[in-house]
Amino acid sequence: MVSEKRIALKNIGKYNIKSIDEYIGIGGYNSVKKALKLKPLDIINTISDSKLRGRGGAGFPTGMKQQFTNQSAGIQKYIVCNADEGEPGTFKDRIIMEQDPHILIEGMIVAAYAIGASKGYIYVRGEYTDSIQALRIAVEQSYEKGFLGKNILNSGFDLDMEIKLGAGSYLCGEELTLLESLEGKRGYPRIKPPFPAEKGLFGKPTLINNVETFSHIPYIIENGAESYSVLGTEKSPGTKIFTISGDVNKPGFYEVEMGVTLRQLIFDFAGGIKDGKAFKAAVLGGAAGTFVNESVLDTPMGFDTLKEKGAVLGSGAIMVMSDERSIFDMTYSILKFFKHESCGKCVPCRVGTTQLMLMMDDALQNGTNRKDVLNKILRESEYMAKASLCPLGQSPIIPIRSLKQYFEDQF
Amino acid sequence: MEKRAVIEKFTPEKDNMLNILHELQNSNPNNYLTTEDLKLVADYLNTSYSSVYGVVKYYSMFSLKPRGKFVIRVCRSPLCHMVKTDQVLDEIKKNIGIGLGETTDDQLFSIESSECLGHCAKAPVIMINEKVYKELDPMKIKNIFQSIKLNEQNS
Repeated sequence: MVSEKRIALKNIGKYNIKSIDEYIGIGGYNSVKKALKLKPLDIINTISDSKLRGRGGAGFPTGMKQQFTNQSAGIQKYIVCNADEGEPGTFKDRIIMEQDPHILIEGMIVAAYAIGASKGYIYVRGEYTDSIQALRIAVEQSYEKGFLGKNILNSGFDLDMEIKLGAGSYLCGEELTLLESLEGKRGYPRIKPPFPAEKGLFGKPTLINNVETFSHIPYIIENGAESYSVLGTEKSPGTKIFTISGDVNKPGFYEVEMGVTLRQLIFDFAGGIKDGKAFKAAVLGGAAGTFVNESVLDTPMGFDTLKEKGAVLGSGAIMVMSDERSIFDMTYSILKFFKHESCGKCVPCRVGTTQLMLMMDDALQNGTNRKDVLNKILRESEYMAKASLCPLGQSPIIPIRSLKQYFEDQF
Repeated sequence: MEKRAVIEKFTPEKDNMLNILHELQNSNPNNYLTTEDLKLVADYLNTSYSSVYGVVKYYSMFSLKPRGKFVIRVCRSPLCHMVKTDQVLDEIKKNIGIGLGETTDDQLFSIESSECLGHCAKAPVIMINEKVYKELDPMKIKNIFQSIKLNEQNS
């Protein structure tokens, strides 16, 4: 049986999160001490060589993002942590922030030094009150010990860090929308390009990464790129935190090397399907994720391997459905979610998310043939994907296309 | 005066907008933002009233209407929905007599829906102010409200 390999979660349960001394006692901030003696480009090369890919869902190479931001012209640069976790079924970032807030700060300091940022922000969703509390204490203590502030560890490098609260908008988890929100505005998406590396927060070059991504950095800096790149699969190296919920015996979070199969995650780690029922479906990656059936159970989890199967890894969320659950009902709930969270800025998404619900209601209330409805919502979501401004309007196609592929008969 | 003190804990920069609004709202016994609050924030951040109003209306955690002392957020994410959030709402109604979007006459409780609260392994969940309650069943829900009401009577 495969066992867990903890990198982002390596310190969970090993220190009292209110004590930075305990954190330092278990080797905390060693990567900052090491990194500040290196050249920024050496750090970026190490991260690039580790082949770490963004853990927020898109899987963009982290080293490349750092490189772009480093190369961008500008005296003022920012580093931003996307801690606006809101993808349904996902709670990996919350676990890190609540149980090991220092690893995030540590990873951010290293990345900030690599790109030359002097100001950092952690944008946490407003509902994550325990995470906010844990981060506030950790940032304060990190300042007291001189890991944040002026002339960090006598290196001449300065970095300030602030915690900013979201206020209940899923869309603000999208990186450009997050930057708008961080500037104190309504969370409306921006048109890209320009990308944040060129014009981000307040129009300045900005590196924005997910909580889990930053939390992999201390390990890589301390142990070298190869120690990380040998883990996982060739195209998706390293580990990933999977959050498993729904009809399983042991729902929870598990950090495992990429390449683990869905079967291992559901049946070994999460203890199989609850109450002796049978597996029907798993929704991978959240609402903006994909429904898969048992034919995907033995596919290695990775960005590219799942893509070949018409599925996505996304945030690492796995919502498991037993044979008693209704695929239609789950789809209804997901599309309702998109309708609620559409910001209304662009027409294709505003109208499209409403149209999708009307079509679903048509099946529910008027008994319209569900196969026809599935074809209709597929066509509608295709228009939306082509014409919408931001990832939200481009998302409904993701679950809908997977329904067509795997559950056309059970819709 | 008190409100000004809350605002002045922050520097007058626009990126403090959401943090200031959260603090102001939390300092109000009825968990909401008043017209006066919005004007104060606009003045302090040197921006227009309408832009502050626009921000407040956009984000679902802010309210321009008085709410109960305890704001209940019921997670209605697809996962919580699958494990029957609707029954949680029914149970809450049995205990405090109100449904989604309503406030009790004694101004003690308000109920709102929320998107995924990130406790999916322990669904269904609700939040009451800053505290999360997990793996809810009718008995747990009854106990939660009994103990809150009892605390309120004694204080």
